[in-house]
Amino acid sequence: MNLKKKISLTVNGTLVNAEIEPRRHLVDFLREDLHLKGPHLGCEQGACGACTVKVDGQIIRGCLYLAVQADGCVVETVEGLTKSGVLADLQESFMRHNAMQCGFCSSGMLLAAAELVEKQPKANREEVREWISGNYCRCTGYHSIVDAIVDVLDARAKGQKIKPVTAHA
Amino acid sequence: MNKPTDLKGLVLDPVTNDQRYIGNSEPRHGARRLLEGQGTYIDDIQLPRMGHVVFWRSPVAHMKINKIHTEQASKMPGVLAVVDGLQMAKICKPWVATLGHLAGMKSAPQHALAVDRACWQGEPVVAVVAETRVQAEDALQLVDVEWEELPAVISMESALDPETPLIHPELGDNLCFTRSLDVGNVDQVFASADVVAEATFGFGRHTGVTLEPRCQIADYNPGERRLTVYHSQQAPHMMQDLYCRQFGFSESDVHVICKDVGGSFGIKVHAYPDDFATVGLSMMLERPVKFVADRLESFTSDIHAREHRIKGRIAANKAGDILAFEIDDLTGIGPYSMFPRTSAIEGNQVVNLVGGPYKHQNYRAHLNVVFQNKTPTCQYRGVGHPIACAVTEGLVDLAAQKLQMDPLEFRKRNVIPDDAYPCSGISGIKLEVLSHEQCLRTIEKMMDYPALRKEQAELRKKGIYRGIGFATLIELTNPSPAFYGVGGARIASQDGASVRLDPSGVVSVLVGVGEQGQGTEGIYAQIAADAVGVSINQVRIVTGDTDVTPYGGGTWASRGAGVGGEAVLLACQALQENILKLAGAILNRPVSELSVHRSHVLDKATGEQLLPFSEIGRIGYFRTDTLPAGFSADLMVTRHYTQKDYPFIFTNGVQASYVEVDPDTGFVKLLKHWAVEDCGRVINPMLVNEQVRGAIVQGIGGALFEECLYDDSGLLRNGSMADYLVPMANEMPDIEVAHVETPTQSSKLGAKGAGEAGTAGAPGAVQNAINDALVPFNATVFEQPITSEKILRALKKI
Repeated sequence: MNLKKKISLTVNGTLVNAEIEPRRHLVDFLREDLHLKGPHLGCEQGACGACTVKVDGQIIRGCLYLAVQADGCVVETVEGLTKSGVLADLQESFMRHNAMQCGFCSSGMLLAAAELVEKQPKANREEVREWISGNYCRCTGYHSIVDAIVDVLDARAKGQKIKPVTAHA
Repeated sequence: MNKPTDLKGLVLDPVTNDQRYIGNSEPRHGARRLLEGQGTYIDDIQLPRMGHVVFWRSPVAHMKINKIHTEQASKMPGVLAVVDGLQMAKICKPWVATLGHLAGMKSAPQHALAVDRACWQGEPVVAVVAETRVQAEDALQLVDVEWEELPAVISMESALDPETPLIHPELGDNLCFTRSLDVGNVDQVFASADVVAEATFGFGRHTGVTLEPRCQIADYNPGERRLTVYHSQQAPHMMQDLYCRQFGFSESDVHVICKDVGGSFGIKVHAYPDDFATVGLSMMLERPVKFVADRLESFTSDIHAREHRIKGRIAANKAGDILAFEIDDLTGIGPYSMFPRTSAIEGNQVVNLVGGPYKHQNYRAHLNVVFQNKTPTCQYRGVGHPIACAVTEGLVDLAAQKLQMDPLEFRKRNVIPDDAYPCSGISGIKLEVLSHEQCLRTIEKMMDYPALRKEQAELRKKGIYRGIGFATLIELTNPSPAFYGVGGARIASQDGASVRLDPSGVVSVLVGVGEQGQGTEGIYAQIAADAVGVSINQVRIVTGDTDVTPYGGGTWASRGAGVGGEAVLLACQALQENILKLAGAILNRPVSELSVHRSHVLDKATGEQLLPFSEIGRIGYFRTDTLPAGFSADLMVTRHYTQKDYPFIFTNGVQASYVEVDPDTGFVKLLKHWAVEDCGRVINPMLVNEQVRGAIVQGIGGALFEECLYDDSGLLRNGSMADYLVPMANEMPDIEVAHVETPTQSSKLGAKGAGEAGTAGAPGAVQNAINDALVPFNATVFEQPITSEKILRALKKI
């Protein structure tokens, strides 16, 4: 039980040194040790996508990934990607379409969507649906999420930015 | 943003004197933090000295507990306590979940931790609390329970057979509740009708699968003798009351806080044994204790719903008039009626609602609600509606088919006409005002029905089998005290709002109904901004805190907009009156000469701005010395609202589903779904659209994918999200939504509920679409979830 291992990784731009049990999952490490609130735990078996984070630029399931595997890696969560502005277009578009209700899936959904925008910039509606099918949302029925992502793809294709949402005065 | 066509042609009279936000698709400004990973769900909260509880749950459907060995577990690192049912029963009373107005209903006393016996797989038996969750789970492995398996009642079909063992011998049988209704002359009508159609409808058990599992932190402070519970819950005041009753507190000793709730859908409106156990443990240990269900235990301990078998028939005449419905409903609810709302409500609603949209005058229904050794069932989104709707609409399609009438025409002919209200439905339900005819006309246009039928016919010639299915529905919302209050359950049907003008001119609104993602806080901000007369970004909403908000019922029966929203409107209009009174006192002018416009008090005649709200706040709070003697500047007001005109305010709508069935594989592809809903005044079309769409997808889940499967010994076979299929984006269709707005006259706002109708209608629409696709094969499927296997069986291919 007490076979702890030292790891060193960069989380949202900050170098983190820790001593942890090898069985500790990355999402537990991020949530409980680093007190990040963005990645959530939904199913603990890789089925729902709520714990999605980025490791060395690629999205992974934080509940299927051990923290020791991230030793020496660059880990990014929705908090860090919000700060760096990577998700800004998607976040505005999600706001505009109400593409979230309870918000529990949103961090993972946004990270999956961001990878789609990067890797499949010409995706059509069906391809968007297929891409986000690893992320479970019980609230929206997905339609608005697809709308939000398609809008970002369209805007990017035209070289435009998504206009920020502000409550009208 | 919402498509402008969605609300074209719908212009209701404004409810406020400067209506800017009500009726518009305002973004939920409070939601941005959720998109930035800054929500605060229960598991994000860490308290000093907080312990973590895990439960040893019954591994079988029914067992006798002989002896519990806790010594080894207690010695494990970090363990704070290992507690069994007898220890827990010393501080937490057992409960019996019945309602007085459900005549003859019975249930057995239930404990927070099982005593002597456990009655379903997943019932909590022993609690282990440790300093960390990992330590608690490690210690759980060493809890040793000596038990022996008891005979279990699994099938609801045989639950009442004389040879079936009794789950609770003291109750005399396994019958929880029974109800019969016989209106008109059913036997004679069926005997003489031109057309009679019948079918047996099956509904698999399913569950809510909230993405955030059930969770709470109980924090008993021995110094104050006060209990604080952070809870992912829909009804904070209800839980406050229950903790008071079960542990002997008064209301002022219990504080329930609900921050962000990661999905609820009715799963989080019940009081679970785990909830009481966690509180009890915090009291025993005098420190905070956190419980977060993992997904496996969610599947066996969250409420299930909708296990029904219904034999139904319909009678009609040659002219195409529906004459009668008859149903016999059998439903299994697990070993206990769920606390405090009771598990009999679902079947009761089925009896109330079958045939509800139609003007027939003969109806007979029989309901048996039986106990079994499976997870308890209770109210989940739609409560009985999806079942009643799928049965009604399935029978309606069968009758239309026999009459060779178009199913949409048949519905148009038989729905209660839009000018017939108010009236009573045949089961005795009171209907205030509905719009079936208008909804049917709208959906016909929206889906271009004639073109779709043409496409279907042409494709059929090519061996492509598509089907169109309709479901007309009614949904009960805005409940009055007739729902729980009269039955003795302490669940408030009234709700309240306190609204305050802050010194800076910002409006703070405290509401009894909370937010679980529906956008409740968003619509309250819209209502408040319009009713007080400020910009929406000058409004702050506070919910989910029993120490702070007015006492209320919370979120259930789609009451957030209709009941909570009305309370906000009334309070905000009262605040505007008080602002004007204060302005009159400051300016020494009669109130009749003043008005409010966008954070300013104006001269009503000239429109001249006289005082900004910030000045009202400054004088009202800091310079009351300048006001006339005896004048009280009441810049905070509270108003409550109860809907008392009807037992419920019914909404209505219609859905249509377009599917393609592959007769070789039995695979169903959902092509498109349409919904027209009338939830009265639409406060925010975008939010209602997403409520409707999300609800439809939950309904589709039940219709096609979701089922809690048990083996013959009562063990759940699919307790994980890899095995229990939930709808994912790829299988779901685009869903087009339109609104008809028929405001309720029972409130100023005119809003009815919008949260559940989607779930109510979708299973019926999808089922009918599949059966429509199967017409060339003379096959039907009425067993939900409609899996490929069941379709192939209907096609006699397997």
